[in-house]
Amino acid sequence: MLEKALYGSKRYYAWVGLLMILIAIGLVAYLKQFNYGLGVTGLSRDVSWGLYISQFTFMVGVAASAVMVAIPYYLHDYKTFGKIVILGEFLAVAAVVACVLFIFVDLGQPTRVLNIVLHPTPGSIMFWDMVVLTGYLVLNFVIGWSVLGYEKKGFPAPRWVKVLTYIAIPWAISIHTVTAFLYAGLPGKHYWLTAIMAARFLASAFAAGPALLIILCMILRKLTSFKTSTRAIQSLATIVVYAMIANVFFFLLEVFTAFYSNIPGHMATFQYLFAGLGGHNNLVPLMWSAAVLAFLGIILLLIPKWRRNEKVLFLALIAVFVAAWLDKGIGLVLGGFVPNALGHVTEYIPTGAELAIIMGVYAIGLLILTVLYKVVIAVREQSIDNNQSEAL
Amino acid sequence: MNRRDFLKSIAAAGLGGALVFHGLDKFGTEAADIVPNSKRLQAKHWGMVIDVSKFNTAEDFQAVAQACHQYHNVPDIDNSKHEVKWIWQDDFEHTFAELESKYLSENVKKLKFPVLCNHCENPMCVRVCPTQATFKRADGVVVMDFHRCIGCRYCMAACPYGARSFNFFDPRPYIEEINSEVPTRTKGVVEKCNFCMERLDKGLLPVCVEASKGAIMFGDLEDPNSQVRQVLRDNFSIRRKVELGTGPSVYYIIGGGGEGA
Repeated sequence: MLEKALYGSKRYYAWVGLLMILIAIGLVAYLKQFNYGLGVTGLSRDVSWGLYISQFTFMVGVAASAVMVAIPYYLHDYKTFGKIVILGEFLAVAAVVACVLFIFVDLGQPTRVLNIVLHPTPGSIMFWDMVVLTGYLVLNFVIGWSVLGYEKKGFPAPRWVKVLTYIAIPWAISIHTVTAFLYAGLPGKHYWLTAIMAARFLASAFAAGPALLIILCMILRKLTSFKTSTRAIQSLATIVVYAMIANVFFFLLEVFTAFYSNIPGHMATFQYLFAGLGGHNNLVPLMWSAAVLAFLGIILLLIPKWRRNEKVLFLALIAVFVAAWLDKGIGLVLGGFVPNALGHVTEYIPTGAELAIIMGVYAIGLLILTVLYKVVIAVREQSIDNNQSEAL
Repeated sequence: MNRRDFLKSIAAAGLGGALVFHGLDKFGTEAADIVPNSKRLQAKHWGMVIDVSKFNTAEDFQAVAQACHQYHNVPDIDNSKHEVKWIWQDDFEHTFAELESKYLSENVKKLKFPVLCNHCENPMCVRVCPTQATFKRADGVVVMDFHRCIGCRYCMAACPYGARSFNFFDPRPYIEEINSEVPTRTKGVVEKCNFCMERLDKGLLPVCVEASKGAIMFGDLEDPNSQVRQVLRDNFSIRRKVELGTGPSVYYIIGGGGEGA
């Protein structure tokens, strides 16, 4: 089926070509980092994880969100999602590949990455993250690819695929729970040491992921023969808004605990993120933008008249996605390191090389997504042709 | 040889190899067992007591930090974002933020507290390391295998004391004179104080202890007759962030050992 990704319109070739160029730029930047070390990034002794790890964290959420289409379809037989469930699964595949690459580019000694497998350490959450992410990648790829293969031949998917889809549902929850545990179990990092972290991660993921999926469906509808029904889009948009409300609610719970208890350590990061700490306030405008966008997105999605207007819907989804990204893809990881273990503040500003590498990783994710979606569309187009010729 | 035989022989060779390695494993030895030195210093739980009042001048501490960093091939990088440090100083308010006093004695306010890896009883860095590159020895010393470290820096995020440094680039050009008794590091690995395990195994005390002229004491915390236990019996001592349950093995006393605080 993969050969279907080799033929396309001029616009398709141009898009793939653009992604290839971005990947090449990222690769050149990565070689520079590979040769010199992580000193080419904005990372420091105090802020020892930066955008690589925060993008990884955010993309785990996007990957996990496939379950928001899978649960209604596989568990509740909600047929409206029947056509797009595969888009969710392939989005998960592309997102997990991006996750793994973000971890890889973050390593100081990337050639030793297999030490995680050679010396398996069940006490380390990172070990479990590797296990669940690898499993999730395989599950989603096998499910999506085999369902599509059977569809191409005009057969319903066999039983074993169905079994895998049931396994994939709790597995999706596990990838984001384990990723939250990377942070939520560390003593001395008050912003991360919170029991609600995994729940927050899942809520944020179930808002941002489906928001991205709807945006992708809208783009496909405009550019290709893949027409997602308005009903499917509206149902997904409802999921987005409730997940986003839960996400904001969970965040406000954190704010309450920190500020009502008045414990300095618990308040410090919030102060740094929203007001600045000791004159350091790089992230303040970003965090307030996130707050405004989150509320804007929720209001636009909650009012049916606006939600049903696809232009407004599109903007609302972008607002939700960007808000979730600023919160989890920026504030969460970077904020956790401020103040440092001795109460000092070091700020982090990513470098050009770092941003180029991030762009490259996202371009690889998008390329995988493009190829997989192209195959889906081509297979579906072919089956429509077949049906029509049979009808004649 | 047909395909079936070939596969059989491969399987047999694999099985044989696995058995051999399994057998070798049984005769595995602790690295410390093969150090041919009967003078090796041994303890059940190595610990440190720092008498902060004995660091009167900046030079007193500089001598200690320099001795440590020179001995351990710690690069001298003049950039706070990329610096590597095994032992350094901070004031009371930052070292012991949770013991904050609005009206701190002028005496304590002036003091600078040496800070280093606490060689915790429950080291978070060991717990999170995905490759066991950081591990705790039987004598309580938390050390690293620099060749196994993949540079994920999870340990840096996990350490509540900020004791760990990362090599953001090749450190060797920043080492003035290389000490061949201990390793240098490569780019992309984490490092920290190792309580001079190389010296303990040769029967020598840590470099900082020797250079501190009595301000830093070192010994077996589980031996009631050790000097460190004697000092802790006679002085009020504090440790950093005990509320986190890490069990730091570095104790601080203020005010001349023995004379009371």
